[in-house]
Amino acid sequence: MAGSTPASLTADAGGAREGLAPQISPALDAWRRFRRHRLAVASAIVLLVMALAVVLGPTLWPVSINDIDFGARLQGPSAAHPFGTDDLGQDLLARMLYGGRISLAVGLAAMVVSLVVGTLIGAIAGTARGSIDAGLMWLTDLFLSLPQLPLLLLIIYLFRDALKGLVGPEGGVFILVVAVIGGFRWMPVARLVRAQFLSLREKEFVEAARALGATTTRLVLRHILPNALGPVIVAGTINVADAIIAESTLSFLGLGFPPDIPTWGRLLFDAKDYLDIAPHWALIAGAAIFLAVLAINFIGDGLRDVLDPRRVM
Amino acid sequence: MGRYLLRRLLIAVPSLLGISVVLFTVLALAPGDPFGDLASNPAVPPEVRLALRAKFGMDDPVLVRYFHWLVAMLHGDWGFSFVSRVDVDTLIWQRLPATLFVVGTSQILALLIALPVGVMSATRPYSLFDQIANTFAFIGFSLPTFFTGLLFILLFSIELDWLPFVYRSDLAATGWRWYWEEFRQAIMPIAVLGMFQGASWTRYVRSAVLDVIRLDYVSTARAKGLREGKVVVKHVLRNALIPVVTLVALQMPAVFGGAIITEQIFRVPGIGSLLISSILANDTPVIMAVTFVFACLVILFNLIADILYGWLDPRIAYR
Repeated sequence: MAGSTPASLTADAGGAREGLAPQISPALDAWRRFRRHRLAVASAIVLLVMALAVVLGPTLWPVSINDIDFGARLQGPSAAHPFGTDDLGQDLLARMLYGGRISLAVGLAAMVVSLVVGTLIGAIAGTARGSIDAGLMWLTDLFLSLPQLPLLLLIIYLFRDALKGLVGPEGGVFILVVAVIGGFRWMPVARLVRAQFLSLREKEFVEAARALGATTTRLVLRHILPNALGPVIVAGTINVADAIIAESTLSFLGLGFPPDIPTWGRLLFDAKDYLDIAPHWALIAGAAIFLAVLAINFIGDGLRDVLDPRRVM
Repeated sequence: MGRYLLRRLLIAVPSLLGISVVLFTVLALAPGDPFGDLASNPAVPPEVRLALRAKFGMDDPVLVRYFHWLVAMLHGDWGFSFVSRVDVDTLIWQRLPATLFVVGTSQILALLIALPVGVMSATRPYSLFDQIANTFAFIGFSLPTFFTGLLFILLFSIELDWLPFVYRSDLAATGWRWYWEEFRQAIMPIAVLGMFQGASWTRYVRSAVLDVIRLDYVSTARAKGLREGKVVVKHVLRNALIPVVTLVALQMPAVFGGAIITEQIFRVPGIGSLLISSILANDTPVIMAVTFVFACLVILFNLIADILYGWLDPRIAYR
């Protein structure tokens, strides 16, 4: 990131001030480069709309998610129910809005977990080197070769009831799902951070700071970590999409949140038995997951162009 | 090559051990007691329960239990399914071929999509074809497999009524008819998995080829008059595939994760659907064994990737 602003800009600013491009702050520069990625901007808007709908929706569409109305079972979209109804006559729009909260919250929370764990492990490995580095990287490689979905299912199967008893059904499953999904997504982040640390710690500005007597903690927190964050943010964005898919997968397999909490994956799981008579049900839930994930992936791609110009993938 | 292979095999052993430690830790940390059911059952006296616990070594120290468990796992002695009333290994051997067939074929399909599309995109970067391919790749790996599966069922089974959506292991046909029926019922699971993998691999192939195609030795190959096709296949692709193999190996856990979902949607009788049904039925020995088998499969495929790696880049094998 440090090299992304052209060096000539600062040189010019000192010499001839008039008639030259005004000084651009890094944030503005980043925004300019992001803006060129039209799909990423469109995706950001889509995601923002989805997030707003999910946060504000339940106040604007004050229909209960559990109102059962057998007179209106499996109806297609109509004025009374814009997204139709499910097999119990519950309003799908209300359920989608409520479920979106949980799906997006799980995605964000799991991303935070994976970033924190990954940055911590990568930073320790990159700073310490030697046997600690080797051990931590072995652990990272081991986690990368674990069969994640089976283990995810196994852990949730074994620990679900215990946590449910501790913090209630909704909170327990939320904590478990976030911890487990985040716990299986930190490895790429750790590798990235470590690689960045290894290259950054040899740079002149770090050398200079060390020569001035900065402690290792200060070096890491003040000089190396901020410069290593670009690729980490990109990886974090992708992790949100992965986590949303993972949560939907668990719910779709019937092993995520309990049936009365309609996450998008859970809606799809319930809808799949009525595919022939009420296809709108599955299509709406699936489209929401798809749209969110696609938008996040595009945003990640745009951010990669901005924050991490060297990597092509 | 032989020594390289041996070294790779030796590296696989610690990771297998590591995975077994993780699995055992999860199991040991889990709350609850496998004999909890017996405790609540009034027909089973407490002495019997204690005897059972002693017999299965539940009261031994953790390390001893781990070694007993590991030795049993390695012997293929995976316990007895509470639900199906057969040995777990027979159950798994029955189910494994379907999983390997679906996963293997879908990987071949993914390669058949990713290689040509990725190479075409990279040879004409930022062309219309490249942009379309890139957009489709994004859509492809943003569509979760469970949703693609449902869309396929909706389109091909319900609307068009072309393909069966339940995978049957007991087809009533024989001869060519059997192959045809088998093909028809396998199309959708294979396509769902293959397209998902193909989409992300297309991007890997594209960027790997892009890295290679501007190098001097490629210009040399062109300059000495080789046909473009030969340049791409023999000179560019072989070198571009080296990083792709690594990335594909890293994706193996995700591939098997996708297999679990597709098996569940299309009711393919593989170990993935076995895992889900045994989780729903609280059949712990089967769950443990299937997870272990998945771990072994991931390591096996990583090993295959390593062998490919050595073949693609002999420098690695002779180092």
